[in-house]
Amino acid sequence: MLEQLETQYKDAAAALEQISDSAALAAWERDTLGRGGWLTGMLRGVGQLPAEERAAFGKRANELKVALTGAYEAREELIKAQELARNLEEGQIDVTLPGRPRPTGGLHPSTQTLRQFAHVWADMGFQVFRSREVEDDDTNFTLLNMPPHHPARDMQDTFYTTEPNVILRTHTSPGQIRAMRELGEDGTKPIRVILPGMCYRYEQITARSEIQFHQVEGLAIGRNIRMTDLKGTIAAFARRMFGADAQVRFRASYFPFTEPSMEVDVECFLCHGDGCRVCKYSGWLEICGSGMVHPVVLRNGGYDPSVWSGFAFGFGPERMTMLMHGIEDIRYFWGNDLRFLEQF
Amino acid sequence: MLIPLSWLKDFVDIDIPPELLAETLTAAGLEVDKITYIGVPQTQPAHLHATFKQDVRYPKSDHLVWDREKLLWGAVKEVKAHPNADRLVLAMVDYGADALEQCVTGAPNLFEFKDQGPLPQPLYTVIALEGAEVWDGHSDEPKRMILKERPLRGIPNRSMVCSDKELGISDEHEGIMLFHEDLGHKPGTPAQDVLGDVVLNVELTPNLARAFSVFGVAREVASLLDKPLRAPAYDVVMDGAPIDGHVAIDIRNPELNPRFTLSLLRDITIKPSPDWLQRRLKLVGQRPINNIVDVTNYLTFELGQPLHAFDYDKLVARAGGKAPTIITRLPEPGEKLETLDEVTRTLDPHNILVCDTAGVLSLGGVIGGAETEISDTTKDVLLEAASWQFINIRRTMSTQKVFTDAGARFSRGVHPSQAILGVKRGIELMRQISGGVVAKGIIDEYPLPPETVRVALTQFEIDRILGVHFSAEEAAALLRRGGFEVTVEGETLHVTAPDSRMDISSDPIIGQADLIEEIARISGYAAIPNTIIADEMPDQRPNPAIEREEKARDLLVALGLRENISYRMTTPEREAQLVPPGMASSLPEADYVRLANPISAEKTVMRHTLLISLLENARANARFNERQQLFEIGNVYLKLGKAPLPDEPRKLGILMVGKRGVPGWMHGEESGTVDFFDLKGVIEGLLDGLHIEGASYARAEHTSFHPGRSAQLVLDGQGAGVFGELHPMIARTFGFEDMPVQAAELDLEALLAKTDPLHDVQPLPLTPPVFQDIAFIVKESVTAAQAEDVIRKAGGDLLKGVQLFDVYTGEPVPAGHKSLAYNLTYQTDERTLTDKEVASVHAKIVKLCERELGAQLRA
Repeated sequence: MLEQLETQYKDAAAALEQISDSAALAAWERDTLGRGGWLTGMLRGVGQLPAEERAAFGKRANELKVALTGAYEAREELIKAQELARNLEEGQIDVTLPGRPRPTGGLHPSTQTLRQFAHVWADMGFQVFRSREVEDDDTNFTLLNMPPHHPARDMQDTFYTTEPNVILRTHTSPGQIRAMRELGEDGTKPIRVILPGMCYRYEQITARSEIQFHQVEGLAIGRNIRMTDLKGTIAAFARRMFGADAQVRFRASYFPFTEPSMEVDVECFLCHGDGCRVCKYSGWLEICGSGMVHPVVLRNGGYDPSVWSGFAFGFGPERMTMLMHGIEDIRYFWGNDLRFLEQF
Repeated sequence: MLIPLSWLKDFVDIDIPPELLAETLTAAGLEVDKITYIGVPQTQPAHLHATFKQDVRYPKSDHLVWDREKLLWGAVKEVKAHPNADRLVLAMVDYGADALEQCVTGAPNLFEFKDQGPLPQPLYTVIALEGAEVWDGHSDEPKRMILKERPLRGIPNRSMVCSDKELGISDEHEGIMLFHEDLGHKPGTPAQDVLGDVVLNVELTPNLARAFSVFGVAREVASLLDKPLRAPAYDVVMDGAPIDGHVAIDIRNPELNPRFTLSLLRDITIKPSPDWLQRRLKLVGQRPINNIVDVTNYLTFELGQPLHAFDYDKLVARAGGKAPTIITRLPEPGEKLETLDEVTRTLDPHNILVCDTAGVLSLGGVIGGAETEISDTTKDVLLEAASWQFINIRRTMSTQKVFTDAGARFSRGVHPSQAILGVKRGIELMRQISGGVVAKGIIDEYPLPPETVRVALTQFEIDRILGVHFSAEEAAALLRRGGFEVTVEGETLHVTAPDSRMDISSDPIIGQADLIEEIARISGYAAIPNTIIADEMPDQRPNPAIEREEKARDLLVALGLRENISYRMTTPEREAQLVPPGMASSLPEADYVRLANPISAEKTVMRHTLLISLLENARANARFNERQQLFEIGNVYLKLGKAPLPDEPRKLGILMVGKRGVPGWMHGEESGTVDFFDLKGVIEGLLDGLHIEGASYARAEHTSFHPGRSAQLVLDGQGAGVFGELHPMIARTFGFEDMPVQAAELDLEALLAKTDPLHDVQPLPLTPPVFQDIAFIVKESVTAAQAEDVIRKAGGDLLKGVQLFDVYTGEPVPAGHKSLAYNLTYQTDERTLTDKEVASVHAKIVKLCERELGAQLRA
């Protein structure tokens, strides 16, 4: 019996040495050390041996069990290491293949720029105020100091509707009147709002001009709002939007609803002022029209212009987006070509 | 507007380079958008920096700089025949050297002087010497060349008399540039010093009517640079008989024509204008015509006071040989006029006219009539300088669709005081260059002189608006630079505006604002410091509509949709494509906002729906995309009832078409085409993300959609929009044949109003859940919503989750039936549920399903 034990031990130990994969190892373990394995069987059969052989056989069988278990564990470790090595060696894929595409959505570039504006202005206390797009002539022009036949009306080619005195707003400025009348409580409350929205102009649609475009108008009304505040506020906006060292300059200009009026240029953020094609070698990009709210407009908004003052400004988010991303054709914006939209 | 520096310098001294002048004007609101150089070099930025401490940026110009040694002012003394060629001549040119230079040239405009011996009057031109750089006159593309010695038909030739084109002045290359006067320079003077110039292109905003002329810009330059302004000469030599009795003026509408002046010049000779005048007109883009017409144009550009010249003898003839009376009036009904542009116009009732007793002569302030215009035989000229109400001129230009340089100025406003200056300077110039005699006196009808504008401005008001302190004297000095008369009384400035400043209001408050702007502008906006707003912060208010809308956008993007923004103009016909033929429309019943002046036949009304543009976008994109999942948020415009302004409700449109997954290189992973449930998944995802509870779905009754595969979203019993598969006939219209298109149009405002920003969050469970499945067979007509209601009712509080995981029809389920299978989750926070408790609830569910749904439990 002991002899048989030794023989089987030798065979098993030898077989173990030959094993090189975990499936064979598991089979060996099952046949040898497992519950139904021969060694387990032999140990279980110790009771049937003659009493004088029992102690020696039992001792030897346990010794061999310890030895085989140790050898098995060593083998197991070896095989795992080998398998890991094989896995690392064989599991190579072509990492240059494209990934599995995920369905992704995205915001329209105009929305992204509008949000950026709204975000920056909100930090400065300017909240969004929305106002209608189909406007009456009065609010769009007359109340903004552009009476009928005023030359400034030539600056804004207008879409008229078949309803007399109803037009598509040519700018977001009529929102100034609506904001003052709605939020001003008869000219007694200060206001700080931005008015983003779609505007319409009767123009030929070309790479440079559109019949429909967004504006972001801003309006601050108070008892102590000064031109120095306008300059400081716009300069702060430019630093937030274009970098801490962004330079701005203010040029005299004309809008009927502000006085003094000014255009704001920011140092070209593409060439940093050295001059490039985009800034037409001027080093400056025109980003915004602005000015102190005209007394007539304050009056029409319900404020006493000898006590209250204010400033207003207006940005064109599509133009800004075009400058920032080198877009040469404004028609891309409402074309909704996915090949354009997916670049944002 | 083109402003030649050489002309500008007649009125103001300019001691800064043109680039810096342009920058100064631009900063003050006269935007210079282009600088054109004629022969002279551009200033180097480094020079500006070193000399003027200014960093001005401008594009590098690629114009030809005339070599000061090799491009010289020359006098052609004689034109000889070329011995070997009929089409060439030899120009003998004095350019200041000891001997005449012989230039071989084919210039046709020299041929008339051939073989005449030495010319009694030399002809002046620019001569290019060997080695000079010029433009190649024969090249169609701009090409430079260096002049080389080259014999022409056997005659040595090392120089050239130049054409406009070769010098880069214009495209003219028919003949060489020829002047009959020396323009005040000796032969041999560098051409730069004779003809070199810089022309600024100035863009004017409507408030700058006063600067719509060379003199007007000079006035601005003078005030910006604080230099004296030199007015032009207004003296007239009047050697003729008095004008009285030869013409009369009758102004019928002084509010439209506040002033009318006339001067008479007799015995003139019509001929080309002198070179200097022609040259100036060309520099501002005008074509010289003759000495009389040219002066009217010249004054328009120099003073901004347009003039009109009549052939006096024709007026006399029309008056039957008597002295004519000039009448300004509105038209009689049906009156017509043929204008100089050869258009016969039916006059509008508001067109102010210049007439005589025989009829209409011209459209006042805009364009002259053909009949009394100056001709080659005109002997006597009646010169008009008038003043017109600018709004009326604007209306006339727009209704008569005529644009002239005169109308452009009058329609912005020319002060009546200018008329008398214009007529004086005009008639004197005409006299000098036409050889006539001016009648003594000027007829000046001035029924409505405007009031002088006087404004009192306090220093306090300047501080209040600008935020920067100017002393009363400082402010007064700035205003005086612009010609304002100012007296300072304590802290108050009493200001009288000059006539040129028609933009200054006499309203006390507005006038103050106008003056404050002027003070800031002249001092320079750059000099005004930046401050932070010190004023009180307005009350901040919640803005839920906008915040929630942005949240909805984010959710839709997270759900994989791409935002579109479309034109909001469309046509009723385009929108009618959403109605299948022969069916009733389910589109909004409101009227359209219709454009009175649509830009194209494709854009005539404001939209009623977002679906058309989404479908059009999808159709356009289909060529390049197998899969499109789009949304748009925006207004529609519904004209309701008698209200003049429409409602502008906000809508959410969604469109999904094509493959469900994104196509990649692994086969078979796109897994089918999007259907109703993909779209519903998006809508449920949106509602979840917005925390909108209690949505339910009913069958839609909307003819644009597939009747069996569309639903109405119901929120608290109110319909909030429709979604589902578009009617196949509509999908086909947009090119989606056999390809279902899923679409939604939801009422965004109703949706966002139902969001719950304060929704409760459930605590994480402390006890383990028990999962059980249940599957049963019901009739096809039982809806998923009905089944779930019954399960939840029976399950009570212990049933935490009901998840449908399989819907099956076919063997062994009997026909007309379907199998529904659910994962049920049981859980309570109070205790760990026992098997017995779960079994009891489960049994209740089975029983109620059997009873209420007729369900048959599956094994």
